[in-house]
Amino acid sequence: MTESPDWPLWEVFVRARRGVAHTHAGSLHAPDAAMALHNARDLYTRRSEGVSIWVVPTANIAASSPDEKDSLFDPAADKAYRHPTFFQLPEGVEHL
Amino acid sequence: MSLFDQVLALGDDALVAAQRMSEWCARAPQLEEDVALANIALDLLGQARELLSYAGTLEGAGRDEDALAYRRDANEFRNAQLVELPNGDFATSIAKMFCFAAYQNLLYQALVDAPDATLAQIAAKAVKETKYHVDHAALWTLRLGDGTAESHRRMQAGLDEVWPFTHELFESVALAPGVTASSLRAPWLAVVEPVLREATFRRPVDGWAPTGGRQGVHTEAFSYLVMELQVVHRAFPDGRW
Repeated sequence: MTESPDWPLWEVFVRARRGVAHTHAGSLHAPDAAMALHNARDLYTRRSEGVSIWVVPTANIAASSPDEKDSLFDPAADKAYRHPTFFQLPEGVEHL
Repeated sequence: MSLFDQVLALGDDALVAAQRMSEWCARAPQLEEDVALANIALDLLGQARELLSYAGTLEGAGRDEDALAYRRDANEFRNAQLVELPNGDFATSIAKMFCFAAYQNLLYQALVDAPDATLAQIAAKAVKETKYHVDHAALWTLRLGDGTAESHRRMQAGLDEVWPFTHELFESVALAPGVTASSLRAPWLAVVEPVLREATFRRPVDGWAPTGGRQGVHTEAFSYLVMELQVVHRAFPDGRW
């Protein structure tokens, strides 16, 4: 197996069935989008895992930095009022 | 040819193509392509199993898929010589896969409407599989053609090498009830030629047309393929684990 430094990395998102969101399945190397889709089909849906595939160049994904974890996520920790837990449920309502 | 001979030939095509393709496993130029080729080999093996099982039923002599795959000698196989050709380099294998998958796809399309219900059922699944094989090989054909001077040279050499063996696929025999092989050549060219043109390959000229596979005449490399295919079964006949 030889290295393919000139083939970019792609992130693969697979939708398991109609009505649910695409979820991240993994990544792969491919020379272009069409081949990335083909490779994704073979690598991530060969056991009937999906009905739809997205591939995105990894380089095009902007990610949050672990260093910013405190400033990004900690401020939400003590704001319990953002959760809908303070409402009285009316009688007979099951799915809320 | 009897229906048994016809189904046997279709099954042998798929079995031998699967065996050759599986030789790429762990040797493909790249990990993702390795998995893709292994998947294609498994598709072909699945077709071979169904076809050979059906052939065994038709024969009615108690031979199942294993007996047909593992207990025949090379000269009893009825596959076209194209599928037994050594893989060569990656480009040659892509050339072979493209030519063969395009043929198989058209054949299975025709079988879906053929009078034989069992063949129609096997073909219905195989049409989708071979459509993908054609797409995959076509993608690579375009990329090797437009890639580098070296990739273009290798794929052209591969096409020139396998092209003479494609003629045998379209020899004027009844491949199956309702399907004449020779009627598939025009549609086959309509699939293959535009891709070669777009990929800037020269379409090989028609000339030498080796033949004989359907009568059990095979190329030198075939005995080695059969030996490897059958080695475990011959060492442990009917072994189960």
